[in-house]
Amino acid sequence: MSDITAYAAPRSLDEAVSLLQAGDVTILAGGTDLTPQTKSGKLTFRPTLMNIRRVPELSGLTESGGVMRIGALTTISSLLASPLIHERFNGLWQACDHFASDQIRNAATIGGNICNASPAGDTLTPLLTLDARVVLASKPNGSIVRRTTPLGEFLTGPGRTARQPAELLEAIEIPMPPEGFFSAFFKFGTRPALDISVISIAIGAVRDGRKLTRVRIAFGAVAPTAIRAAATEAALEGRPIDAAAIDAAVAAAVNETKPVSDVRASSWYRRELVGNMLRRMLDHVANS
Amino acid sequence: MAKVSMTVNGKVVTADVDPRTLLVQFIRENLHLTGTHVGCDTSQCGACTVHVDGVAVKSCTTLAVTVDGANVTTIEGLAHGDHLHPMQEAFRENHGLQCGFCTPGMIMSAVDIVNRKGSNLDEATIRAELEGNICRCTGYHNIVKAIGDGAKAMAGHAQAAE
Ligand SMILES: Cc1cc2nc3c(=O)[nH]c(=O)nc-3n(C[C@H](O)[C@H](O)[C@H](O)COP(=O)(O)OP(=O)(O)OC[C@H]3O[C@@H](n4cnc5c(N)ncnc54)[C@H](O)[C@@H]3O)c2cc1C
Ligand code: FES
Ligand code: FES
Repeated sequence: MSDITAYAAPRSLDEAVSLLQAGDVTILAGGTDLTPQTKSGKLTFRPTLMNIRRVPELSGLTESGGVMRIGALTTISSLLASPLIHERFNGLWQACDHFASDQIRNAATIGGNICNASPAGDTLTPLLTLDARVVLASKPNGSIVRRTTPLGEFLTGPGRTARQPAELLEAIEIPMPPEGFFSAFFKFGTRPALDISVISIAIGAVRDGRKLTRVRIAFGAVAPTAIRAAATEAALEGRPIDAAAIDAAVAAAVNETKPVSDVRASSWYRRELVGNMLRRMLDHVANS
Repeated sequence: MAKVSMTVNGKVVTADVDPRTLLVQFIRENLHLTGTHVGCDTSQCGACTVHVDGVAVKSCTTLAVTVDGANVTTIEGLAHGDHLHPMQEAFRENHGLQCGFCTPGMIMSAVDIVNRKGSNLDEATIRAELEGNICRCTGYHNIVKAIGDGAKAMAGHAQAAE
C-alpha cells in the first residue's frame, strides 16, 4: 500500500484542475470502485488523494439547447429518480435500475462508472446508443481548457480511457434524441443483484411505424470495452422490423462479437447469450 | 492525515484520520460504535449499512473523508433511549434473526426501504429491495415478515407523533 501524503477536497473546478495539473493525484468520487480495488491491491493510491465531491460544477442534470448535460458526480440513484431520464432515456434508466443495490447506487457516480472503464460498466452501453460525449477539463497554462470527445473514442481498453492524467471528467453530454426515439437495456448476471454483467445489451432507435432508423446497438462484457455493434446496426437500419431483419441482426451480432472466456462465462456461452437475448429484445420491439 | 467532521447519531465528531480510513473503521474504531458490522471484504453483504444524509450506503465501501460534513446514522442512533425503533421492535417480535450478525445492516436497509417505498410493502418488493443485504442464517423468511410489520408500525408511529 502506498502512502497518501496529501488529502484535498477542492471546492471549485478551478481548484480541482489546478491540483491535477500539479500531478500524481488519485481522484475519488463515490469510491465504490476505488475502495475495493485499493483494498484488494489491484490499485495503489497516488500521493495526493483528491475528493471531488465538493466541486459544484460536477453536479446537476440539465437540458438546454437540445443537449442533456449530466454532471460527472450525478449518482446512479439521482438518475433513477429523474423523470426526464425515465421518459427520454429509458435504456439508461433501466441500466441504473439493474445497477448493484440501493446502498451502492446512492454512492456510485456516472463519472466513476465511465472513468473506471470496465467492459461491463452498466451505464456505458446505453450511453453509447445515445451518442454520448464526455467533457474533460484541465488547466495546462493557467486557464481552464475543455475538450469534448465521443464516449466510444474515450474508452480505450479494460480500465483504460483517453483521459490524460491532468484531465477531470466534468460532464456527459447527450444530444436530445429525435421524435420517435426509444431505447432499452438488458443485463444478464448469474444472480439478479450485485452481479457484474456476464453480458449486457443496449439498443436505441427511431421508430416510424415498423421502420427503424438511426439504429444503435451496444454490447457490454464481450470485448475489451463496451462497444457499438456496427454490423448488427446495419442489419436493422432503414428496414421494417420483421422476422427476416431480426434473423439478420442476430446472425451479425453472433458473428461480430468475440468475447473472452473468464470465471463468469465461456466465450461460447456469451455469444449464445448475445444472440438469444438480442433476439428477445428485438422480438419485443417488433411486437410492441 | 485529513481532518473530518461529521454528525453521528446527532453528535458532532471531529478527528484527524488517515485518508484511507473507511467510514466503517471510523465508526467502529474511532467512535467505538460497534453495532455496524463488517461481514465481507467485497462490498456484497450489507452488514455495514448506515445512513448518510438520510440514504443507505455501505460504510465499508465509503471513505470517511467523503462523508465529511454529513449527517450519519448508525444502528445505535435508531432507538430513543430504552424505546426501540419500530423496525427494531418488529425484528424482535418476528424473530427476524438467528446469529444476528446481519441484523444491524438489515434494519438500516429496512428503514431506508420504508423511507423510499412507503409503509405498505408486499413481500416481492421487500425481497427485491433487500438485494444488497445477505443473511447466511435465516433463509430471510422472518426478516421479510419483520420488515412488513415494521413498515406498518413506522407509519403508525409517524401518525401518533403528529
Ligand atoms: C457491490 C458492488 C456492486 C457493483 N455493481 C455494479 C453494477 O451492477 N454495474 C456497474 O456498472 N458497476 C457496478 N459496480 C462498480 C461501481 O459501483 C461503479 O463503477 C460506479 O459507477 C463507480 O463510481 P464511483 O463514483 O464510486 O467511482 P470511484 O470509485 O470514486 O472512481 C472510479 C474510478 O474513476 C475515477 N474517477 C471518478 N470520477 C472521476 C472524474 N470525474 N474524472 C476523472 N476520473 C474520475 C477514479 O479515480 C477511479 O479510478 C459495483 C461495485 C460494487 C462495490
Ligand atoms: S461489510 Fe460492507 S458490504 Fe459486507
Ligand atoms: S442472522 Fe446470521 S447472518 Fe443473518
